[in-house]
Amino acid sequence: MTDLTSMTAADIAGAVAAGDVSAREVAQAHLDRIAALDGSVHAFLHVDVDGALQAADAVDAKHASGAALSPLAGVPLAMKDVVVTEGLPTTAGSKILNGWVPPYDATISRRIKDAGVVMLGKTNMDEFAMGSSTENSAFGPTHNPWDLQRVPGGSSGGSAAAVAGYLAPLAIGTDTGGSIRQPAAVTGVVGHKPTYGAVSRYGLIAFSSSLDQAGPFGRTVLDTALLHEVIAGYDACDSTSIDAPVAPVVAAAREGARGDLSGVRVGVVRELGGEGYQPGVIAAFELAVNRMRELGAEVVEVSCPHFQYALAAYYLIAPSECSSNLARFDGVRYGLRVGDDGANELETVMSLTREAGFGAEVKRRIMLGTYALSSGYYEAYYGQAQKVRTLIQRDFATSFEHADVLVSPSTPFVAFGIGERMADPMAMYINDLCTLPASLAGTPAISVPCGLSEGLPVGLQVMAPALADDRCYRVAAAFEAATGPVLSPDRLAIAGGLR
Amino acid sequence: MLARLAVTSDELDLFAGQLDVILGAVARVGEVAAADIPPTSHAVAMTNVLRPDEERPCLPREAVLAGAPDVEDGKFRVPRILTEEA
Amino acid sequence: MSDFDDVVARYDPVIGLETHVELSTRSKMFCGCSTEFGAEPNTQTCPVCLGLPGALPVANEVAITSTVRIGLALNCSIASWCRFARKNYFYPDMPKNFQTSQYDEPLCVEGYLDVVFAGETFRVGIERVHLEEDTGKNTHVGTSGRIHGADYSLVDYNRAGIPLVEIVTKPVVGTGRFAPEVARAYVTELRGILRTLGVSDVRMEQGSLRCDVNTSLSPAGSAELGTRTETKNVNSLRSVERAVRSEMLRQAAVLDGGGRIVQETRHFNETTGDTRPGRSKEEATDYRYFPEPDLVPLAPDPEWVARLREELPELPAARRARMVTALGVSAEDMVQMSNAGVVDLVAATVEAGAAVAEARNWWLGYLAQEANAREIEPAELAIAAADVARLVELVEAGTLSVALARQVVDGVLESGADVDTVVTERGLKVVSDVGALEQAAADAIAADPEVAEKVRGGKVTAVGALVGAVMKATRGQADAAAVREILLTKLGAH
Repeated sequence: MTDLTSMTAADIAGAVAAGDVSAREVAQAHLDRIAALDGSVHAFLHVDVDGALQAADAVDAKHASGAALSPLAGVPLAMKDVVVTEGLPTTAGSKILNGWVPPYDATISRRIKDAGVVMLGKTNMDEFAMGSSTENSAFGPTHNPWDLQRVPGGSSGGSAAAVAGYLAPLAIGTDTGGSIRQPAAVTGVVGHKPTYGAVSRYGLIAFSSSLDQAGPFGRTVLDTALLHEVIAGYDACDSTSIDAPVAPVVAAAREGARGDLSGVRVGVVRELGGEGYQPGVIAAFELAVNRMRELGAEVVEVSCPHFQYALAAYYLIAPSECSSNLARFDGVRYGLRVGDDGANELETVMSLTREAGFGAEVKRRIMLGTYALSSGYYEAYYGQAQKVRTLIQRDFATSFEHADVLVSPSTPFVAFGIGERMADPMAMYINDLCTLPASLAGTPAISVPCGLSEGLPVGLQVMAPALADDRCYRVAAAFEAATGPVLSPDRLAIAGGLR
Repeated sequence: MLARLAVTSDELDLFAGQLDVILGAVARVGEVAAADIPPTSHAVAMTNVLRPDEERPCLPREAVLAGAPDVEDGKFRVPRILTEEA
Repeated sequence: MSDFDDVVARYDPVIGLETHVELSTRSKMFCGCSTEFGAEPNTQTCPVCLGLPGALPVANEVAITSTVRIGLALNCSIASWCRFARKNYFYPDMPKNFQTSQYDEPLCVEGYLDVVFAGETFRVGIERVHLEEDTGKNTHVGTSGRIHGADYSLVDYNRAGIPLVEIVTKPVVGTGRFAPEVARAYVTELRGILRTLGVSDVRMEQGSLRCDVNTSLSPAGSAELGTRTETKNVNSLRSVERAVRSEMLRQAAVLDGGGRIVQETRHFNETTGDTRPGRSKEEATDYRYFPEPDLVPLAPDPEWVARLREELPELPAARRARMVTALGVSAEDMVQMSNAGVVDLVAATVEAGAAVAEARNWWLGYLAQEANAREIEPAELAIAAADVARLVELVEAGTLSVALARQVVDGVLESGADVDTVVTERGLKVVSDVGALEQAAADAIAADPEVAEKVRGGKVTAVGALVGAVMKATRGQADAAAVREILLTKLGAH
């Protein structure tokens, strides 16, 4: 472990801008740590050594020329492999895209490159972002740096593990039902799901279009906010992109870091807790609420009666949309083709390709979604799920009349063992219990570390109304400032490694 | 089948049981009386997001065909097609 | 013919038409790729219209406007709020394996279009006008060149994503024996409207206007609807008429034989003029429509719609009514001129001094043929209305015969020069030297004594062969009527 890999993104950017260190040295230090440790973590599917060093050199050249650098120039980043990167393999964790090299960049890939952020490589994930443990990757699971026998959460498990393992100070994840917040929580890092429409989806390989949202991971709230401001903002290539100024999340993080929450009304969601939650998680959460009260927050209890239907609605909407989104993987234009022996008809080749190219969870969801959308079932399933969505939005609206932010545990339990839940899809699905409501409502939510249970990290979720992402950051930063870091290199199973 | 998946019989046995359980769980959405509730298809309410009718550069054909499993004469080659177009 | 009369005596036909119109926007429906026809395969594609992972659609503003204008021209109500929907099915010409279309919320609904045939007006109800994206194009490679028996297929996605408007009629009843002609007249009138709106090239031969024709028969006088078939691949106006007629005859034969009509898709064969069943689907189609999450709803502002309505150009029916008076032609002539796209051309030719009847004859006759042969619109011919007026003048003066005038047209179209230049340069003038004609007539009679004898014997019509011979000998530069007179006089057949 070198000083460079333990620095925050903000500090690295400051050091590069001051000329204290070169972007190349920073990139090399992280590449070295990845080379030494990622064999045991498996956070990355593809490490782009040449690309990273080139990007770093470009930052150094720009600095040498005297030009001003953007706020995160020279800071390394790990990119979830669901985000399309021109010229760099992109698989979404699936065999069906093995070997595909996109001819274009996602909007956020472009923004990250333009900001001088140094992309180290592409991170492991549950196949097509379907899962909560990263065990559904076609390329093997990612291991939680806190305990290599445990999962890092999912689906953005590779990105979370990269940040938690000090392999990268920043990472991009995507969150459809909790895929940023849940892995952030169980790896002890910060992860934010922005307001739906705040970050462009152009170039995100779609899982569930009406829910997918990319967002930042960092080890601190401020780092996370800095990355948020790089990727957020209107994009004419995404029809659902919101044409409004980006919420001032960096300012909010700095404001929050002063540790004062007076005047802030914090709503504890009655329905997100209690039965089914690990006692250690509940205990950590209750301490967190007390801490916020100590910081001056006014704590109230709110009730969101329809949150109990979020899981059911989510597991209808997401599979339905995915059954349509994943239809394009058919072996005609790109990716895998199986069974083209000269005798098989196209229809057979498509079926064999999809059978061979998709993993079990993806198939389950495609089947579920195909069923839920079929005529005769649409109203009872998909149609009804969309009505539940409306009711959940109304629950939020009512609650935000009494509170500025809502809080809950980010997950019902800490990181579980690899393989423990794979046989039982429902046991896996309940990982997302706390994160699903904000996904369905399209509202922003952050997960910030709030303590340990059984020696493993617990996350606090802070939810805000649409477009008020800054509230999440402000409260999370205040909490972070008051509690100090949960994550530290010496707490990790992989703490050693490099000198 | 509609999903174009050639699922093996072993898989089918496994999935059938799992999907039953999942369907049982998701059917809970039906417990909510929502006759007068409008459905939400888009989380953020926006309308009329349109693009001016302007040409933009296309991809070079090499890039278009680079990832294709089979190519002939600048086109994507596919095995013979059984069904008529819809 | 008697077969058909018999069928319509015992059965009432019900027809319905689904017309697909490719809009002539500069860029595609959901991306900026060019829509130019005839480019090299797969050169007008991008991540969006190739359905590459991660790509997202953004709707083309002009396509929306054009669709609303079409709806207004067809007397439709415009939705105040509607969404795109995904139509899910697998087919290799569809890059995403779903088509972005509209389902239960079309942009325009409940309109009508009046079409006139044989002096009768038929009101065709319009059920809906909606907007979707076109598919790519498959080429089937193998001995047959068709999907049946092909060894493999090749896919070109240049067409994928071009905006496509679908116009669906309600079932049209009460057309009786005119069903085939009404179907054709509807498509013709619709094409005229689309051309006037300037929203599409409406080239059936290039596929920018495509028709599916639904046909069913019910027993005469009965209210019950028969089972309908949908005939695809109907690629010309003439085929629309033939497809309906052929399907009526086929269905009647099946019903007469005690059989049942199967609800199916059939394909029209341009060569044989009949329909054949499509290969049946391996699975019942369930398109699993759901609202397109990647596109936000459309909510046309009523004021904007009202403005579009006010700004609609004069539509063909109104224009015909006005021009009937202005030009003093019959309503039927006007329908014909309108369908051929020559109303303005005739008017301009009359303006330039020609008589209406002559102007009409040229534009509907030889010039229409020439345009057709070149696969362009008459208006696109390289000849001006003034040229046509000058031709008419020269023919009236006897300087040119009709045959010569046609040669002048050919010259104008080839060279781009004006009529008088072509006449001078090519020496195209009627031979009025009576001596030369007399000699040619004598030669013709001598060369074909048999025909000459027939004419002498009173069979005056046989003289045509001799006229032809004289015209040939004078390279067409003689006045055929004068030649005829000379021949008849010589043969004493007067």
